[in-house]
Amino acid sequence: MANNHAHAPAPLGGSLLTPFTLLLGALSAIAGIILAYRFFYGLGAVTNINDGYPWGIWVAYDVVVGSALACGGFVMALLVYIFNKGQYHPLVRPALLASLFGYTLAGVSVIFDLGRWWNFWHIFWPGYAQVNSVMFEVAVCITAYIVVMWIEFSPAFLEKIGMKDVKRKLDKLLFFFIALGVLLPSMHQSSLGSLLVIFGQQIHPLWQSGMLLPVIYLMTAVLLGFAVVIFEATLSSTGFGRPLETKVLTPLSRIMWGLLASYVALRVLDLLWRGALGTAFAATWQAFWFWVEMACFIVPLATLASDSARRSASKLFTAAVLLMAGGMLLRINGFLVGYQTGDGWHYFPSFAELMVTVGIIAFEILAYIVFVRKFPVLPAAQPATR
Amino acid sequence: MDRRTFFKASLAGGAALATGAASCPAQARGNKDLPPEALGLLFDSTLCVGCKACVAACKEANDMPPEFSTKDQYWDTPLDLSGKTLNVIKAYRNGTMEAKDRVENGFAFSKKSCMHCVDPSCVSACPVSAMQKDPKTGVVTYDKDACIGCRYCVAACPFGVPRFTYDKAIPQISKCQLCVHRLKDGKYAACAEVCPTGATLYGTVADIKKEIARRKTLEPGKQAMFPRGRLGGPDQSYPNVVGKYLDHTYGEKEFGGTQMLMLSGVPFEKLGYPDLPPRSDAALSETLQHTLYGGLIAPIAVLGALTFVARRNVKPEDEEGEQHGK
Repeated sequence: MANNHAHAPAPLGGSLLTPFTLLLGALSAIAGIILAYRFFYGLGAVTNINDGYPWGIWVAYDVVVGSALACGGFVMALLVYIFNKGQYHPLVRPALLASLFGYTLAGVSVIFDLGRWWNFWHIFWPGYAQVNSVMFEVAVCITAYIVVMWIEFSPAFLEKIGMKDVKRKLDKLLFFFIALGVLLPSMHQSSLGSLLVIFGQQIHPLWQSGMLLPVIYLMTAVLLGFAVVIFEATLSSTGFGRPLETKVLTPLSRIMWGLLASYVALRVLDLLWRGALGTAFAATWQAFWFWVEMACFIVPLATLASDSARRSASKLFTAAVLLMAGGMLLRINGFLVGYQTGDGWHYFPSFAELMVTVGIIAFEILAYIVFVRKFPVLPAAQPATR
Repeated sequence: MDRRTFFKASLAGGAALATGAASCPAQARGNKDLPPEALGLLFDSTLCVGCKACVAACKEANDMPPEFSTKDQYWDTPLDLSGKTLNVIKAYRNGTMEAKDRVENGFAFSKKSCMHCVDPSCVSACPVSAMQKDPKTGVVTYDKDACIGCRYCVAACPFGVPRFTYDKAIPQISKCQLCVHRLKDGKYAACAEVCPTGATLYGTVADIKKEIARRKTLEPGKQAMFPRGRLGGPDQSYPNVVGKYLDHTYGEKEFGGTQMLMLSGVPFEKLGYPDLPPRSDAALSETLQHTLYGGLIAPIAVLGALTFVARRNVKPEDEEGEQHGK
């Protein structure tokens, strides 16, 4: 590859003040105000959660979906450094940055949802920490991964802030942090599924896969990682006026397709094995959302089946969006739609609750834009249009 | 990519996974056993007259605020467990409600409070040991000073027992702790103490099981003596008519067993009690966790394999241009 040096990451530059960034800032501020209110008047003052649905979207979306959507960095590191697929290297840094913000925000938003948040450190404290709890594993592992990701990403800004020595030393050890950065998300992404095991029959059979839950959640987290990389690469190409990266994305999507095929097979076999598939044909909301979820996986399986289809940027993008929706639905369905705790309980997020989630997403995008403009993240390339 | 590296990595990874799998049978965990001096309650639905003296006594003993469900807020009228209510009496009603303890055109009462499971989901779920099961008495207690308010216990409990105070800036979990705070004064569960018919009875699980066996041998419709208050305490027994019991004792097998056991004349699902498998979900969840993470063997082995491979593939940043251009 002769044009290899063009791939070295460089700051994008450009103005930080645009109508879009202002909108993102405003949305983040609104979430901030709602959260201030929540801390003074309790969770019930802004959310619709109740004893029948003690976990709302702040858990199911902000943490469970949010961290899964942030698996791009994990998947790219796995591909490039473990499977040694060097050609995807340009995708690593931007994916890692998105993961960094996704996970950091998912981690921070846990605090918003914790009723007795000032005791949060108990999770890590011997004497309090309860190692049999799936929640313990998730919390420790996500926290560790956030730290590891900042270390993994630090070469991008260490040089800029004049810490060249630290950077050089870190470079020598980076392989270990990269290995950790592959292990930790495998652990907690699977455990996010394991969280549902203890809910037993309170989870609708369509989503109560028992011992297979960790496998199902891990496979879809990796799928989401692929999808998000395609999604972000396409968006930042158009958004920042850079050439499309279809050449890299096409072979990437081939690997993704293989994984998708095995996931769909496993999901269906599990339902058959447990005799749960019948409930998918009942006239229930659960069955409806199950089919929407499954469609989001099966449609990309069909549309990306051929190599020629995988060369189409629009088909890739559509498939990525569908897969993101599918992974999101699997999680929302498992934690909310399929959570049945007895008659008489209802949950739908309140407006304020939704605005906090929207605000967190807005803040994530805002931070991403600021970082790629100020720090060397995206591969340097001549802008296609500007 | 060099095939050799990949091959070696696969071998290492495979070995790691095999280690994890091999540790599986050793880590599998069955239901926990009933503690030696387990304490509990017996609720006999056929004796309950629905007076709700237990609800009022529970509020007083645990210093809980009243809760209103009527327009005129004259007295405490909770409809369900909540952040303010640890014990509640509910009614099953059908048709004309002519006869007590009958499914058709009948009615029956049920008590809702913590079941004090032998293998509780809340204790297994809690990441910070705020929910604990006493190793001797088996009473499931809650420590708000440890609690982080994640509500995993609320979501995990199949009986819907732990509740949360969503309306508070400083919230906490509310659940029955079998009045353990009253033990030091020689008192016991307030609900059993005040129950005028002995429908709620306090005692060791061993005594409760004996009492259940005795009641099942009694002839329905005949008179018999029924203890009140505490089994093994001062005799407060009185004569009453024997109810028509179902064979099923709720809590004997369900979910690995519970320390509140129940007798009834109508099926328990009518009383709002779920049909649960004999294996506790905690046993399942912990078997899974211990298989994957027992002794951290599998994670460390996988990390070793990953580090080995990453070490070969990660090139320091400065050389990157050349390395990835080959």
